Amino acid sequence: MQESSSIPQEIILKGIPAAPGIAMGAAYLYSKQIPRIEMKSISQDDVESEKDRMRAANARSEKELQKILAFAEQKLGSQTAKIFEAQIMILNDSILMGAIEKRIAKELKNAEYIVADEIGKYKRMMLASPDEYMHERARDVDDVMNRIIRNIQDQKLFSRLEGSSIIVSETLLATDTVMFSRNQILAYAADLGGATSHAAILSRSLKIPAVLGLRTVTKTIRTGDFVAVDGYAGVIIVHPTPETIDLLNKKALRLKEFEEQLADIATLVADTPDHKHIDLSANIESPDEIDYTLGQGAAGIGLYRTEGTLLARQGEPSEEEQYEEYKIVAEAMFPHPVIFRTFDVGGDKLARGDYHEENPFLGWRGIRISLDRPEMFLIQLKALLRASTKRNVRIMFPMIAKVSEVRRVKELVKQAKAELKAGGIPFDTRIKIGVMIEVPSAAIMAEEIAAEVDFLSIGSNDLVQYLLAVDRDNAAVAPLYQHFNPAVLRTINSIIQAGHKKNIWVGMCGEMAGDPLATLLLVGMGIDELSVVPTILPEIKKIIRSVKFKDAKRIADKVLSLHTEEEIKEYLMSVVKKQLPDIPLEN
Amino acid sequence: MVFRNACPTNVLTRTMIQREVTVRNRAGLHTRPAATLVKTAARFNAEFFIEKDGMEINGKSIIGVMTLAAEQGSVLQLRFEGTDEEAACAAVVELFERGFDET
Repeated sequence: MQESSSIPQEIILKGIPAAPGIAMGAAYLYSKQIPRIEMKSISQDDVESEKDRMRAANARSEKELQKILAFAEQKLGSQTAKIFEAQIMILNDSILMGAIEKRIAKELKNAEYIVADEIGKYKRMMLASPDEYMHERARDVDDVMNRIIRNIQDQKLFSRLEGSSIIVSETLLATDTVMFSRNQILAYAADLGGATSHAAILSRSLKIPAVLGLRTVTKTIRTGDFVAVDGYAGVIIVHPTPETIDLLNKKALRLKEFEEQLADIATLVADTPDHKHIDLSANIESPDEIDYTLGQGAAGIGLYRTEGTLLARQGEPSEEEQYEEYKIVAEAMFPHPVIFRTFDVGGDKLARGDYHEENPFLGWRGIRISLDRPEMFLIQLKALLRASTKRNVRIMFPMIAKVSEVRRVKELVKQAKAELKAGGIPFDTRIKIGVMIEVPSAAIMAEEIAAEVDFLSIGSNDLVQYLLAVDRDNAAVAPLYQHFNPAVLRTINSIIQAGHKKNIWVGMCGEMAGDPLATLLLVGMGIDELSVVPTILPEIKKIIRSVKFKDAKRIADKVLSLHTEEEIKEYLMSVVKKQLPDIPLEN
Repeated sequence: MVFRNACPTNVLTRTMIQREVTVRNRAGLHTRPAATLVKTAARFNAEFFIEKDGMEINGKSIIGVMTLAAEQGSVLQLRFEGTDEEAACAAVVELFERGFDET
């Protein structure tokens, strides 16, 4: 075959959209400078100068880390910057550094060899632990070790990094993300990592597009390759064709113009032009996300996922540990409200050994676990209550299927309050509690449930899945998962009306809340609160501020009269295109 | 196992104190209690070592204590050696008894 294809093939890699934005440019393959370490013998006379080299390297490393910390504090806020503190603690470990100096003198070996050997011991022990939390610590230890060694070898950081590049690496560490961002970085692409990794949170805060979890990107790309990164779609394209480049340029331009329009919206309220107010809040799961979320203009946290600490370690987190986390979040968000959702995990995360369920989505999860494990649940409730002294904490319960579960939950809240009171520990005695409506039986009984609580929040992801009997992770049926299915919409509408009948507010915290195509419809149905991923928040606010409530009501009435999701989507598309021509809708 | 302030120097050897403690706080020796432990031990001249499952680390070293990954229920052997070993032992054992003020 005689193909004269000197033009390289376009390759598309799909990953996880970690930070929005579009960038094109030359790739820079960043292999963590794992410094080559040779074992060299030194003479007795060299011991002091070798120790001096190590001390100087330590001082430089600390300077670098302090710089990163200061930069992060200034640019990201002190909550986010906390990520770097463990590394500085290790660098200041005088026992560790003393041991290294002693070994240099005794073994007469070069400093970098001893540093790598001594710190490497700890790293290996941490990696041997089955605990995911220890693996995170091992990454910190590895990062700090490489930093010291690089400084001993007197290597400059990123000396070869010229001009603006797209950084392609196997993993992206928190320190890398911040360091690189001080250069002209166009985007990040990495084999590993997900949307909630530190690197993803930092990239979003720094407004650098990032696609993570690409698995093979370092094997596919070489330094200098021309690459396009689409952080909205979570896609990277190697050797893009002129057509692809054109398409992406247009998308980038459209989104950039739109984002510029959004620049000033953060400080504005989410009110329709005829003054119907929507509480526009954010879904987050770690204190690290707060600075970015506030910058995006959130009016509060509509869903704080508490299960992070439960998943990160073996065993259940202590009351103290939970309290610390909740208090940080509540104080950082004050005076804005924070809705904490109690642990929402499947039984496999808690049971020991080979716990297996045939049908985990219909199994032991969410509130069912909490009610079966009241001692664990009480610890969480007490931690939440203790964090509520500033009165901006709300508690929300997942997977409620019937009224009696709500009553049992309320009894346990009462018990937790009584226990704290007996101990003289302060808390918000009138703390607001609410329920997620995500199980069809709860949707049907929404009015009776509403009579028991202070608010309802529709969990659209599970509600759609249970209502339509579709597992959206199952590729064979995933296309059937449709939040614009008329049965779903009628159910949502009836939940909102049920809540209003009982004079409580109704919100939504599933993905549908952040779908720009659904905003007008939900507002028109009378939703009081929308809780969305922080990245999309300004766009949703823009939509709310653009259309009158009375027009949105008309749109909702029309949608509720339609019989198929195709008709509904087509109608909503036409409405949005006409009324909100700036909104960049996908597909 | 708890030894309430029971930290007398071994009369025969007069060289060190050994104590066994159990980690009581549910989260184990994660970063915060590890830092508290190291800071407390640093107030004393006495050397301080912790042994768990045959692995011994220096109790004044944060990286060491982090590495122990001592979860709730772990049994640790503490060893103190130095002029103020009794006071050091009492202070450290108290931290464990109080579960590092966690639950």
